[in-house]
Amino acid sequence: MAEVAIRGVHKSYNKVPTVHGVDLSIADGEFVVLLGPSGCGKSTLLRMIAGLEEITAGEIAIDGTVVNALEPRERGCAMVFQNYALYPHMTVAENIGYALKVAGTRKPERRARVAAVAQSLGIAELLDRKPGTLSGGQRQRVAIGRAMIREPKVFLFDEPLSNLDAKLRAQMRIEIRRLHQRLGVTSVFVTHDQVEAMTLADRLVVLNHGRIEQIGTPTEVYRRPASRFVAGFIGAPAMNFLTGTLAADGRIAIGSGAGTPVTIGVRPDEIQLLDAPLKGTLDFEIELVEELGTGQVFYGRSGEMEMTVMRNGGGEAALPRSGQRLFLKIPMTCVHLFEVESGRRIDLPPSRLAAE
Amino acid sequence: MVERSPILNLISQLLLFLGLLSALLPFAIIAIAASHDLRTVNEVPMPLTPGPYFWDNIVEAWNRADLGPKIVNSIVFAAGVALGKVFIAALTAFSIVYFRYWGKMVVFWAIFITLMLPLEVRIVPTYAVAANVLSPYQALLDISGITWLVRQATGIEIALKWGLLNSYTGLILPLIATATGTFLYRQFFLTLPDELTEAARMDGAGAIRFFFDVLLPLSRTNMAALGTIMFVWAWNQYLWPLLVTTDAAHGTAVTQLKELIPQTNGTPDWHIAMAGTLIVMLPPLVVVIFMQRWFVRGLVAAEK
Repeated sequence: MAEVAIRGVHKSYNKVPTVHGVDLSIADGEFVVLLGPSGCGKSTLLRMIAGLEEITAGEIAIDGTVVNALEPRERGCAMVFQNYALYPHMTVAENIGYALKVAGTRKPERRARVAAVAQSLGIAELLDRKPGTLSGGQRQRVAIGRAMIREPKVFLFDEPLSNLDAKLRAQMRIEIRRLHQRLGVTSVFVTHDQVEAMTLADRLVVLNHGRIEQIGTPTEVYRRPASRFVAGFIGAPAMNFLTGTLAADGRIAIGSGAGTPVTIGVRPDEIQLLDAPLKGTLDFEIELVEELGTGQVFYGRSGEMEMTVMRNGGGEAALPRSGQRLFLKIPMTCVHLFEVESGRRIDLPPSRLAAE
Repeated sequence: MVERSPILNLISQLLLFLGLLSALLPFAIIAIAASHDLRTVNEVPMPLTPGPYFWDNIVEAWNRADLGPKIVNSIVFAAGVALGKVFIAALTAFSIVYFRYWGKMVVFWAIFITLMLPLEVRIVPTYAVAANVLSPYQALLDISGITWLVRQATGIEIALKWGLLNSYTGLILPLIATATGTFLYRQFFLTLPDELTEAARMDGAGAIRFFFDVLLPLSRTNMAALGTIMFVWAWNQYLWPLLVTTDAAHGTAVTQLKELIPQTNGTPDWHIAMAGTLIVMLPPLVVVIFMQRWFVRGLVAAEK
């Protein structure tokens, strides 16, 4: 077990920078998820921790030791790969035990430890099979077993669940979380799936274009997104963004008006859907309805702006159809404000917002 | 484009059968000729039914050409070349695919160019090197004047000599480099996912460990295919064994066949020559049949 410190890490491929100065410290036993769209440098960052990629500038320390120049095996990390990367010619037992074999552990001890790991992952009856005969979920378990057996200081997961079907993914997610609770090993998990990220993380790191956009607990990141990018990336359906203005007295107005132009973000489930217009409501013409079972998502437009509104519950009788005109009430206490140019969050004291 | 109609099937079956027939006919004639006595085999036209002397001719050919030890020589030679090629090619491809080093592309192209220089083209220099492995170094010393300098200073004449003629080493060693094999492995190694290499690195396996524990076991079918092809190729070599083995004790079975061919004014005993040919054909045939299952899999697709 160990803490991981990432200090000013840069990465360039053939002079093209892909990671621009990442600072991150991960506490001992913490489960950190790196989240971002593809190409944001999250996997590169993970691979730099593992030692599979060289660090162009900056340093990474594991357990207080700078590991920049160390080989992967000397860093005490274990990695679970996206496509499992099991050795196809070895049995499950040989796959799990290979690290021990390389390290020169004696056969009886090796066998005992492989059996113990397999037992804990529920794959004890598969030990003599070859990876080719296993299902995706079983292969992933073997890959996790292969990482576990080394009793690493840090677990690294590189999108390990993205090759599984949705049901299995949810199940493996819970298992990985359970495993972490049991072993308490510092873990870094890379994913582009926000549900995975929200459910697994102690702390979430949102990356975009090789920079950290926000670090925080899943709740913080969801409730107080630090930038327009984070706000749009986290949450499904995605947040609505409207152009608006922020007056000097803190009054927010949608559309053009006096004051600083801002981007107003509001989550689809926080907009109220009304049958009749009230003061300050917006017109809304429904174009598409998605039935989710627990609620509905309405896609439509309000004047020029595309809007998404989500409603929970709702009986069949009252279900609005496409083409129908409704009215939206945006509660100003729920909105997020962002600077138009930089996309940074503008924080206002709640009291001023409530004055509207 | 899979079309199925009875007429088309019939035509293609017929064509295949004709092809098979024309491929097998020469072998049939060899076998038939090997089963007649001297008088019958020289009749014109030669009868196309087998005669009763097959076994006698085989024994006669075996004894006359001293095929026993020659076949042992051939097996050592062909197996040595095949194994050498399989191993050297794997190692070369490993270096080309998995390492980044200065001059890697030069090495790659140098290997590639050897495809255009088969043994027959470079037979003279190859022979010179086999006759004295150290001759290139000797030449360097001579040209740079070191030989002269040493002679002037100490009176000792530097003469490096390590001959490989008339030895198994001389037969095998100059033939084990193979560009074809290297490319076969290279293509296979390129299909392996990078994660496999990375997983091995995470598990703490070094390069050599990875090569022996992961790459070689995975390329078993490739090795079988390459080994089979190269065994047959080496078995059929004529020019090189003829040049290198002036001493009859190291001769191979294929070069020995020459002994069975009737001389211009000698007895036209073609039945013995054909019997000898049949014997010499047998070992590579056995190898191909035995290895066929692996061989085809190695050429067709990578085992997943």
